[in-house]
Amino acid sequence: MQIIKKFNPLEDEMIQVMNEKGEIINPELMPDVSDEDILSLYKLMRRTRAMDTIALSLQRQGRMLTYAPNMGQEAAQVGSAYALKKTDWAVPAFRELGMWLMKGWSMEKILQYWYGNEWGSHTGEDLRLLPVSVPIASQFQHAVGIGMAARFKKEDDIIMAYVGDGGTSQGDFHEALNFAAVYKTPNVFVIQNNHYAISVPISKQTASKNLAVKALAYGMPGILVDGNDLFAMIAVSQQAADYAREHGPVLIEAFTFRLGAHTTSDDPTKYRTDEDVNPWKEKDPILRLERYLLNKGLLKEEEIEPMQEELEAEVMEAYRAIEHSSDTKVEEIFSYHYETMTPQLQEQLDEYQAFLKGAESNV
Amino acid sequence: MSNKITIVQAVQQALQNEMTLDPTVVVYGEDVGVEGGVFRATEGLQKEFGVERAFDTPLAESAIVGTAVGMAINGMKPVVEMQFMGFIYPAVNQIISHVARYRNRTRGQRHLPMVIRAPYGGGIRALEHHSESTEALFAHIPGLKVVIPSTPYDAKGLLIAAIRDPDPVLFLEPKRIYRAFRQDVPEEAYTLPIGKAKILQEGDQVTVVTWGAMVPEVQKAVAALQDISVELIDLRTISPMDRETIIASVEKTGRILIVHEAAKSFGAGAEIMAVVNEKAFLSLEAPPMRLTGFDTTFPLPRGEEHYFLSPARIENKIRELAAY
Repeated sequence: MQIIKKFNPLEDEMIQVMNEKGEIINPELMPDVSDEDILSLYKLMRRTRAMDTIALSLQRQGRMLTYAPNMGQEAAQVGSAYALKKTDWAVPAFRELGMWLMKGWSMEKILQYWYGNEWGSHTGEDLRLLPVSVPIASQFQHAVGIGMAARFKKEDDIIMAYVGDGGTSQGDFHEALNFAAVYKTPNVFVIQNNHYAISVPISKQTASKNLAVKALAYGMPGILVDGNDLFAMIAVSQQAADYAREHGPVLIEAFTFRLGAHTTSDDPTKYRTDEDVNPWKEKDPILRLERYLLNKGLLKEEEIEPMQEELEAEVMEAYRAIEHSSDTKVEEIFSYHYETMTPQLQEQLDEYQAFLKGAESNV
Repeated sequence: MSNKITIVQAVQQALQNEMTLDPTVVVYGEDVGVEGGVFRATEGLQKEFGVERAFDTPLAESAIVGTAVGMAINGMKPVVEMQFMGFIYPAVNQIISHVARYRNRTRGQRHLPMVIRAPYGGGIRALEHHSESTEALFAHIPGLKVVIPSTPYDAKGLLIAAIRDPDPVLFLEPKRIYRAFRQDVPEEAYTLPIGKAKILQEGDQVTVVTWGAMVPEVQKAVAALQDISVELIDLRTISPMDRETIIASVEKTGRILIVHEAAKSFGAGAEIMAVVNEKAFLSLEAPPMRLTGFDTTFPLPRGEEHYFLSPARIENKIRELAAY
């Protein structure tokens, strides 16, 4: 927990383990991760990228709905989630694909969610992962509540919750961090600072020196980490998880960049230029890890393309499994508002079904 | 054993009963721990059950409700207090966006057995924002239940039912009559069905539907009306509304008056009138009528007597309807 205890976000320095060339520049912070695990994390980041690629292409073909891509943020998502054990909780915002896959939300279910079916958010009974939360930063409070219950039940689990840089402006962000610090809940709060809240740049979001510094006012540690550096993300997240389990909440700012659009409905050329984006293409977290793996001989150049093709084929297979099976049944729209349907809902359902039946017999 | 208690004591007793029976029930909010709530609805709970199960929170309504969502997801049954209904608005995003939706969003994988309690309504000569009666805002939201008791017996039975309900319940307590009268109430836990109105008095000329702090006011008016036979219904649950009881009554009387403290336009009375028009139109002998608060902000104490419905105004309105 050395990083957590010693780091001072006021100094505005960022924790980094591996530079853009894939060289380990801070070996004393290098987390203890086996080569096998590093390779599988690389593959998971590639899978995340493959899902984005396929989803965007399907969306252009009219076979996917609004989609929020993750390109550029894979290390922040995967590296933080690597610190979680199976019984730990993860509480997402909506751009955490790498974390979702790591936590075990299946590709089919994820695609089913983005393709407009609530069943996608039914992740399976034993998965400690909450569904996507669209109202910005509101999910932080759920994470704190889970933490309060965990403390009450004397469970050893931590709760990792995610928000974007824009979310740090919300009142719920403030209230959640304050509650967490007062009750010393086992929470790790991860800000994916991808520099834009749709079109609004971080410079217009806050006058703080950085986002990690906000933690100090609540009385908790705040760590600024290179979010495009998988090893730095793992090191900081593991130490934060240990700290949260033992002492209380930690705030992590993962400094990263959204290479793609906010969602498929967004045109980033309206608010940023190639000069803003190009330097970050060089910092691409997948390329950086790839350079490390190539340097170490853990990966061969010629293996990359077939791997990406294989992953994209798997994604397409997952998509095909839900493409035609995911239309909502009429009853399902009504059945899950209460444990027992109210007479009002039953009446509305019956009336609509009678109409459908009539329309059918009139054909 | 006799247990003559007020509404606020009934609330406290319901919480105490359930905390004794169910170790996952926790109670929290602003001043609910050490002080036992500004109205003493949680008095003695921290002493009896410890600071882990009855505690004070920082002053933030959104987080009080938002953390209750997380608590419920992780196996607890939180009963949180909004100190006044007028202070619930910072939590509305959590209530509408999450509390009401979690079951549907996850297709039943996760549901929220939680209760949000709030003293509501005017008539205590309070500061601004302390007299709100905005139950219709929440009754409009799919996925919520909205309950308003008017007696100690109902308050206890309905609050215990709300705590045991697998779905979230907004439990609004008529603070004006928190200590207005006492009633003999069983000391042990019992439940009353949510979604069921109660016929307080049978009659065959005029149906009057009301709830909360308006119930005793209407009772006073009805007592003065020796010449008109009134069927008086205490709605008790705003949503889901007990339409059957209302319709059956209107089919008998042909006349209905809805009395509520909240503002008139788009209030719960409008929904009741719509239901009556849909379901009992041919039984009606007069247009459904409403006697409600004005479409104004609740006046500060020097003016609240004009806003609040007196038995005389209620009596007058019932006579108008009966004579139509």
